Amino acid sequence: MNMNPFKSKKYAISKIYRARPQEIVRPIRDIPEDEKPNVPQGIMTKCPSCGNMIYTKSLCTNYNQCNECGYNFKLSTYERIAIITDKGEFEEFDKSLSTEDPLSFPGYRDKLENTKSKTGMQDGVVTGKGKIDGCPVMLAVMEPAFFMGSMGTVIGEKLTRLFEQATKEGLPVIVFTASGGARMQEGIFSLMQMAKVSAAIAKHSQAGLLYVTVLTDPTTGGVTASFAMLGDIILAEPGALIGFAGPRVIEQTIGQKLPEGFQRSEFLMEHGFVDHIVSRDQLKSTLGMILKLHANTGI
Amino acid sequence: MEITPWEKVKLARMSLRPTGLDYIDRIFDNFLELHGDRYYGDDHAIVGGIASFGDLPVTVIAQQKGRNTKENIMRNFSMPHPEGYRKALRLMKQAEKFHRPIICLIDTPGAFCGIGAEERGQGEAIATNLSEMMLLKTPIISVVISEGGSGGALALGVADRVYMLEHAIYAILSPEGFASILYKDSSKAERAAKEMKLTAQDLQEYGIIDGIIEEPQGGAHNDHDQAASNIKAMLEKELKELINLPIETLLEQRYQKFRGI
Ligand SMILES: [Zn+2]
Repeated sequence: MNMNPFKSKKYAISKIYRARPQEIVRPIRDIPEDEKPNVPQGIMTKCPSCGNMIYTKSLCTNYNQCNECGYNFKLSTYERIAIITDKGEFEEFDKSLSTEDPLSFPGYRDKLENTKSKTGMQDGVVTGKGKIDGCPVMLAVMEPAFFMGSMGTVIGEKLTRLFEQATKEGLPVIVFTASGGARMQEGIFSLMQMAKVSAAIAKHSQAGLLYVTVLTDPTTGGVTASFAMLGDIILAEPGALIGFAGPRVIEQTIGQKLPEGFQRSEFLMEHGFVDHIVSRDQLKSTLGMILKLHANTGI
Repeated sequence: MEITPWEKVKLARMSLRPTGLDYIDRIFDNFLELHGDRYYGDDHAIVGGIASFGDLPVTVIAQQKGRNTKENIMRNFSMPHPEGYRKALRLMKQAEKFHRPIICLIDTPGAFCGIGAEERGQGEAIATNLSEMMLLKTPIISVVISEGGSGGALALGVADRVYMLEHAIYAILSPEGFASILYKDSSKAERAAKEMKLTAQDLQEYGIIDGIIEEPQGGAHNDHDQAASNIKAMLEKELKELINLPIETLLEQRYQKFRGI
């Protein structure tokens, strides 16, 4: 199956945005093995799904998708933003917001400093205002490489501010989720972020505004049990792991192996929890269309 | 005498400790249990219904542990499935319709992790409760009576007042789970219990909860009646205040309460 949209006539005539690899910021450097996302590196990259050897350069122009099987390599937050938003149309909010280590948890500050310098980010989400196909939108993208995308006070606060600002300006919100769950080191404060963000979403929704979530691999734990599942429209990337409990926890609880495809995007759509599965090359045009359909209601 | 966080964990899980229904019996009159979520089934890990609190009609929802192994199996050790949370939300919306205050008694190790729970959208069920509870136009009081574990507890914990019993715990997940994730060793739960800051006293200090309800000497299991009557005294005081607030004020205060964390 050929996933490259530029090789087919159908897509060539549509207004799909082409990734500009030369502009892509790559803040991820030297990530420890246990936190390493599937980022293409070197001249050739092997697809962990089908084993195909791909030119890294061609991966980058194909939204980090394997051109054989469509496997989604990780996209960093800023790569994602570059692919989704109109050129030059993204203004980041609260970039320097950083956790205050609310529990004074042993060893947390050291680990944080380490992760900050490796990722070039202050915490696991980038929020801001941008445009997609000319439509203004509030956008948040989570970074799976930052403490495995775990949600703590900073993610909670940045998202809450984003929704509050969107409510004030009457704008839609799009959130790309990627999370291993709660930030353990922030304990009960992490848990409470679920309520805090959900509250801000409830107010945004009450104001009649649109919220779209795009679930990417992996979306689990407290993020699934709060803002990921509250979208008016819930999209997912193909094959993403999406669930409340992680598969290992479930296997331990029930003492048996889980079936193939369990908790993948397709499984969730089958069970009624995802509206539509969208591959990366069609994400921008799909989001742009959704935004346009909600921009002017006739009545 | 100082009780360590780990001792509190063990106290909170003690089988002799009063359960949700033990408190409902002692605090409310005319409790009528209402079953089912209207979509899938009736989850025995959550009980709910209507009752009177003095002269005041109320809706009561409790996560229910068993008093013995057989009951615990029936109650799924108080680990709700999505239909439990959906039942709770149904009863809360009903309470809103009839202008009844809502009282939630929280006691769960966490939402259940299993195939059915995932197929039926555990994450969606909890998420929906979090956002819907924030907008419910009626007073809500939640009390963590023993164990408040993870999003599975929070799904009944978005309230105008959140209290904990003196020896109850409330945390992001169990100390065992925490230890196995962070220290890769579930036997380090005792250390986790200390570092997680999960006691009522810690949470009050952080401003996460509004108050602590005193337990009888040695713990609630020593005197169920006394423990229930202490909860009742708190409810009398708080309900009197909450039912007199204009709805807009109530909702704004509820929003700000969580906004500030
Ligand atoms: Zn492949």
